[in-house]
Amino acid sequence: MTTVSSALKASSSLPRWFNPAAIIAAFGIALAFDTLAGANDPESGINLLAVGFGGFILYTLTTYIASRSVEGSRKATDRMVTALVTTAFLIAVIPLVSLSYTVVANGLARLDVDFFTMSMRSVVGEGGGALHAIVGTLELTGIATLISVPIGLMTAIYLVEYGRGKLARAVTFFVDVMTGIPSIVAGLFAFTLFLVVFGPAGAINGLAGAVSLAVLMTPVVVRATEEMLKIVPNELREASYALGVPKWLTIVKVVLPTALAGIATGVIIAIARVIGETAPLLLAAGFTASMNYNPLSDKMMTLPVFVYTSYANQGVDAQAYIDRAWAGALTLMLIVMVLNLGARIISRVFSPKG
Amino acid sequence: MSKRIDLESLNVYYGDFLAVEDVNMVIEPKAITAFIGPSGCGKSTLIRTLNRMHEVIPGARVEGHLRMDGEDIYAADVDPVKVRRQVGMVFQRPNPFPTMSIKENVLSGYRLNNNKMSKSDADELTERALKGANLWKEVKDRLDRPGSSLSGGQQQRLCIARAIAVEPDVILMDEPTSALDPISTAAIEDLAVELKEKFTVVIVTHNMQQASRISDMTAFFNIAGTGMPGKLIEYDKTEKIFSNPSQQQTEDYVSGRFG
Repeated sequence: MTTVSSALKASSSLPRWFNPAAIIAAFGIALAFDTLAGANDPESGINLLAVGFGGFILYTLTTYIASRSVEGSRKATDRMVTALVTTAFLIAVIPLVSLSYTVVANGLARLDVDFFTMSMRSVVGEGGGALHAIVGTLELTGIATLISVPIGLMTAIYLVEYGRGKLARAVTFFVDVMTGIPSIVAGLFAFTLFLVVFGPAGAINGLAGAVSLAVLMTPVVVRATEEMLKIVPNELREASYALGVPKWLTIVKVVLPTALAGIATGVIIAIARVIGETAPLLLAAGFTASMNYNPLSDKMMTLPVFVYTSYANQGVDAQAYIDRAWAGALTLMLIVMVLNLGARIISRVFSPKG
Repeated sequence: MSKRIDLESLNVYYGDFLAVEDVNMVIEPKAITAFIGPSGCGKSTLIRTLNRMHEVIPGARVEGHLRMDGEDIYAADVDPVKVRRQVGMVFQRPNPFPTMSIKENVLSGYRLNNNKMSKSDADELTERALKGANLWKEVKDRLDRPGSSLSGGQQQRLCIARAIAVEPDVILMDEPTSALDPISTAAIEDLAVELKEKFTVVIVTHNMQQASRISDMTAFFNIAGTGMPGKLIEYDKTEKIFSNPSQQQTEDYVSGRFG
C-alpha cells in the first residue's frame, strides 16, 4: 500500500450529489419567494425572470461558500466560473430556442400543399401560396452565388498566393469596408446601376436583386476562402514546386482541392447570410403577387419580402396574411437548414482523408 | 542520369540578410554528399538553392554561380520550374498530398503537370518508383488508400518515390529522417545508398553517425555567431572529416565538443 504524501494529497471534495441538489434547492427557494411575494396579487403569474435571476445568485453564492470551506479557494473559483459560463451560454441559447419554437409553432398552420404550389395572384383573404417567392429566392440567391463565388474565390487566391505590398493591402481594406456595407445601400447601388444602364423600365428585376445580394456576399466569400487557403500547409506548396509544378497549377491542383471542404462551407454560410436579406430586395427586385420565372424582366418576389409584405399589408382576413408570413419565415428557415446540412455533407465528402 | 554540381562564390540572401557566404564546392555525381553543422548555419538554405526553391520565399535571392554539368541554373533565361523537374527534393517532414491516394501521390509529378499517360504506363511507373523507394511490398495492396494513412516512415518513403518517379538527375534530402524512428531511419539510409547508383544525392543531416555511415563526401558549415552568415568551413572525403579534419572547428564539432 502506498501512502500519498501530504503535498500531493487532493483536498477533500464536496459529495457528487451536492451540485444537482444545490441547483434544485436554489431555484426552489427562488420560486417559493416569488410565489409568496405574488400572494397578495393573485392576478400575476410566476415571474420567470426573477426566479431565474434569484436562483442563479443563490446557487452561485451557496456553491462558492460551501466549496471554499470544504475544497479550498481554487476549486471554489472553478465552480463559480463554471456557473457563470453555463449561465451565459443558457442566456445566449434562450432567444434561439424561443425564436425557432415560435416560427415552427406559428408557421406550421399554413405549411400545406397550396403554399408550395400557388402564387398570390388574385388571392384575397385565405388560401394562396408562396411558390412565386420560393422560386424568386432560389433564383436570386443562385445568380448571386454565380456572380460572387468566382470573384470572391479569385480575390482570395490573389490575396493569399500573390498579393504583396500596397495593392494587396488596399484590396484587404476594401473587402473589410464591403463587409460593413448596410444591406439597404447594396440595394440602392443595384437599383441605381440598373436605372442608369437600362432606364426606369429595366431598373427593378430579379437580376438587380441578385446583383445587390452579390455585393453583400462577395466579401464574406473572400474572407472565408482566404482563411481556408491560409491554413493549407506551406509544405504542400513546396512539395509541389519541388516536383517542377508551376505556381498556377500548384494552386489549382494542390491548394484548392486541399481547402475545398472549407471553401464550400464558407460559400454556403455566405449564401445563408444573404438569403434572408429583405431591404435590398424590396428596392432592387420589388414585390409582386404573380409568378415570374424570368429574372431579366419584371419584378420578382422573394421569401423575406413575402414575409414582410404579408405582415405589413394585411388584407381583409388579417389572420390569413399573418399565417402566410409565418409559413414564409418557416420555409426560409428550412431552406437555410438544408443548406447547412449540405455544407456538412460537402465538407465530409471533400475533406482530406487519412 | 546523374549530374555534377559546381558552386562558385555563392552568396545566399534573405532580403538584405546574408545567410550563407561565399560557398565554393563541387558536388560529385553518383555519390552522397552530406551537409553537417549546427542549427542556423545555412545548410538547409544552401540545399534549397540547388533546385531554386530558395527564391520561393519573398525577398530571397542568390548571387554567384551554380552550374549543373556546366549549365548555370541561375542564368537569366533559366526557368526555375524546369530546374526543379531535374532536381527532386525530399523535405524534413513527410508531406504527401492529403487529397491524393498513394498511387496518385507517386504520379503527382506527372499528373500535376497535366501530363497524360496510359493506365499501363502509370501502373508500371508506380510500381517502379515504389520499388525504388522500398515501399512496394508494404503498399501494393492498398494503392488507392490516402497517402496520409501510412506511418511517418512510409510517408517519407512515399515522398522519395514521388521524387524519383519524375526521374530527376539530383535528389536533395533536407533532414529526411529527423522526424522518424530508428527503424524507418535505417530504411531511408539504405535507400539513399541505393539511390546514389543512379542519382547525385545531397543530404542535410544533424545526425553525424548518419553522415559518416552513408555519405561519400561531407561538408561542414558553421556560423561565427547569431546574425552572422553561415560559411563552408571544410569540405572533404567523409573519412577525412570524421577522422582527421584539417580545421579545428570541424574537429570540435564532429567530436561533440560543441554544437
